[in-house]
Amino acid sequence: MRLLIIEDDRDAADYLAKAFREVGHVADLAADGEEGLAHAIDGQYDVLIVDRMLPKLDGLSIIGTLRSKGVATPALILSALGQVDDRVKGLRAGGDDYLSKPYSFSELLARTEVLARRHGGREEMVYRVGDLELDRLSHRVTRGDGEIVLQPREFRLLEYLMKHAGQVVTRTMLLENVWDYHFDPQTNVIDVHISRLRSKIDKGFAQPLLHTVRGAGYMIRDSK
Amino acid sequence: MTANDVVVARASEVAAKPPLERTLERKGADGSVVAPPWLARKTAERMAALGKLLRTTAFKLTLVYLIVFALFAAFLLGYFAWNTRRLINEQITETVDAEIQGLGDQYRQGGIRRLVFAIEARARRPGSSLYLLTTAAGEGVAGNVGSLATGILDNPGWFETVYRRVDEQDASEHHALVRVDQLPGGFHLLVGRDLEERERLYDVVLSAGRWSVAIVVVMGLAGGFFVARRVLTRIDAMTQTTRTIMQGDLHERLPVVGTGDELDRLAINLNAMLERIEALMHGLKEVSDNIAHDLKTPLTRMRNRCEEALRAAQSETQYREALQGTIEESEALITTFNALLTIARAESGQARDDMVAFDAAEIVRGIGELYEPLADDKGLGLKVEAGTATWVRGNRELISQALANLVDNAIKYGASGGSVVNGHPAEILLKAADRGDRILLSVADNGPGIADADRGRVLERFVRLEQSRSEPGSGLGLSLASAIARLHGGELILEDNHPGLVSALSLPRLPPPLPTA
Repeated sequence: MRLLIIEDDRDAADYLAKAFREVGHVADLAADGEEGLAHAIDGQYDVLIVDRMLPKLDGLSIIGTLRSKGVATPALILSALGQVDDRVKGLRAGGDDYLSKPYSFSELLARTEVLARRHGGREEMVYRVGDLELDRLSHRVTRGDGEIVLQPREFRLLEYLMKHAGQVVTRTMLLENVWDYHFDPQTNVIDVHISRLRSKIDKGFAQPLLHTVRGAGYMIRDSK
Repeated sequence: MTANDVVVARASEVAAKPPLERTLERKGADGSVVAPPWLARKTAERMAALGKLLRTTAFKLTLVYLIVFALFAAFLLGYFAWNTRRLINEQITETVDAEIQGLGDQYRQGGIRRLVFAIEARARRPGSSLYLLTTAAGEGVAGNVGSLATGILDNPGWFETVYRRVDEQDASEHHALVRVDQLPGGFHLLVGRDLEERERLYDVVLSAGRWSVAIVVVMGLAGGFFVARRVLTRIDAMTQTTRTIMQGDLHERLPVVGTGDELDRLAINLNAMLERIEALMHGLKEVSDNIAHDLKTPLTRMRNRCEEALRAAQSETQYREALQGTIEESEALITTFNALLTIARAESGQARDDMVAFDAAEIVRGIGELYEPLADDKGLGLKVEAGTATWVRGNRELISQALANLVDNAIKYGASGGSVVNGHPAEILLKAADRGDRILLSVADNGPGIADADRGRVLERFVRLEQSRSEPGSGLGLSLASAIARLHGGELILEDNHPGLVSALSLPRLPPPLPTA
């Protein structure tokens, strides 16, 4: 995955680049808005990570300009402004995701990977992971020969996990995408939902599919 | 000129000018009459006050009104005087015309003898009538006019002239309006009226006019002064208060007299504004106090943990554990910080911009669904009663968050009372109820509840009651819910559930929207 990080805080940018390279990605840096815009237009990037407040040209303007030029590279906005209306503004300006500072690297990594994949496009009608199958049209879930009966929300949870099969999905991502809530609940409610789902899809099978990734989130994957 | 020269010049200037006080003293010692300084000060103060008064809007307005009114009064009186004069003249001409006509008839019927007789008879009557009959050469034949301005008798017509009466000794001149007529036979006949009466009336009107204009001016000035003073005193009081407020005392309020006039309305509005500003300032201060006080504790803990690890950790595992702990601690800090920011934003009303109308029952169902597995995990039943649509206007996200906090609390404390209460399994009830003009979104649990005395206190930031110290949490959940309720023009109500706690967001109700075609 090729990334462009547009961030004026040197330390933060270096830290991010280093962390992304450690997990095997290519990361370029731009220290101000104009440089970032030029790089984003020229380079072939999979994802842009854009700080919102930048010298010379602010993050939202960069994304606006890119979109008006027809550059559709997915962009994740990083910002210290984390309130609901700030994120709405960011997404309206053409951003694809929004993460407020301070963030954890695992959260950022999970989100960028999802963005890169989404851009590649995975919109099949039937998701398959191992012997687990989810039909998005008929809302039927089967594993092996048996059908699994899910509540509507459990279905959406599984759908989201399977859409990003093989990728880490964080709790916040689930809360935002499956429930559409953008606040952090005091207790981790998602864990209980996941364990319910897990008992429905993994119980009685030798091979677990739904895995907990420590310190990051969850992943559905065929471990064979 | 060098810098030294400048200094010298300044010094000589100072020496040349003795202070004012000393000048006064010396003059006093000379024996000359000098006003004591306090009197001079008092006079200066009065002059300043007068100057201020003269500059006021009320006084200027009064002055303009006064000028307009005085001019109008003068014009009215002038018109009255002129009209009176015209009327008197008209009357005189009419009677004089009639008399000339009558005397002419006498002359034609009885000749000069009869005319002279008639004139003599009329001239003897007291009054202001004047008669004179002369020959063509100008010799007087009959009448009561002694002398006339020269040349009057030469031409027939109307004249205003001076004359003297025959019977008067003092020989004073009078004014008269006369008509001269030429009779056949060369005689000149003059008939007129003395104008003294007219002049006197004119004088009376004029002097009355002068007086009334003078009175109007004096009264107007006094009235203007009085009105200006009255308004000025109140405005001065307001200015004084605003100055105190500007110096930082936000508790001060502008005086309201209670008459409901413009100044009162202004003062009431300004006071409302001050109230709002004070509340905002108070909120801001509280937030910074709380941040200072309550964020420092976990920060200190974090720092100690790091130091401890640096000092005592032996193995990689121990370092790892310390780092893990630090991350957890900092995450809790971020949560607290976000909650504080959300409270501050809700209290300052910033979030009011993106409010929409939505069905609160749907939110209740959504939150119920989100928390049901968690409650179940703790051995609590979670029931949702939110069938009918209940419309409110607000920030969806914030209301969801407030409700989530209440449910979170209910789950945290609802289980601590044991899983069976009054023979029933302990449960949490989420309800959206329509109470007339209010919508109640309530969460009821069977936990230990909150004692009456503590209910007000738990809404404050960071307050955690003794029995809840062991539970994780920032102590901001209820105050956040309360701030969000207030942002929406509602309140957070805490009640007894016998046993347990009912916490409810009471929000203003909206009429359901019309179905869109």
